[in-house]
Amino acid sequence: MSRRPFVRPVSRTRWYFKHPRYLRYMSREVTCVFIGAFTLLLLCAVERLSEGQAAYESFLAAIGGPWSALGLSIVLIFVVHNAISWFNVTPKALPVQIGEGFLPGRFIVAAHYAVWILISLAVLFFAGVL
Amino acid sequence: MAKSNKPIVWSLFAAGGTLAALLAPVLVLLFLLAALGHAPGLLSYAQLHAFAAHPLGKLFLLTVIALFLWHAAHRLRVALHDFGLRQDRIVAVIVYLVAATGTALSVLYLTRI
Repeated sequence: MSRRPFVRPVSRTRWYFKHPRYLRYMSREVTCVFIGAFTLLLLCAVERLSEGQAAYESFLAAIGGPWSALGLSIVLIFVVHNAISWFNVTPKALPVQIGEGFLPGRFIVAAHYAVWILISLAVLFFAGVL
Repeated sequence: MAKSNKPIVWSLFAAGGTLAALLAPVLVLLFLLAALGHAPGLLSYAQLHAFAAHPLGKLFLLTVIALFLWHAAHRLRVALHDFGLRQDRIVAVIVYLVAATGTALSVLYLTRI
């Protein structure tokens, strides 16, 4: 019969404060809340759009103002955080093999950043911002 | 070999995450500009309606909404587990149901445009 094993006590709800790495992990995970919230806003926009001009324009008026701008700025920070952390792990998710070796990860990351910038500029141009 | 639905769940999550990484920042920026009183031309009723009336525009909006929702739902399920909520089955049913409902609603709204 073995002795009672030592079980290191770990808080189930506050473990991620124990190490900065855990906190960085959780900061990536919570970006989903902001992506989800923004998608529901987008769904709301589509719904109001389907109801006609007056409904849609009252929606646009409702999302105007400093508090909306503050909320959307926070959402923007988190979706950019998702983008950067997502692209930075692409060499692990999409390794490119060349013969015996692998393409250095920085090229895969750089390609994703380049595509990100191109798509963003294309959308801004299409939307009439640029 | 044991069957698992994990590859399907995970591939949709990964597709949503990639699409969100590439598109979400610029889409949020468009709405932020509108909130600041500089609504981009695309967000005007006439232009957005014309965009959503086109089949490719509908496909774009549906893809964005469905994959973003699925990505957020799957990651939220894992995050809630990490935050200490261990009722995974109930959490999974709720988050995937919200994602599926949102997707179905987007189809309904888009067919009305």
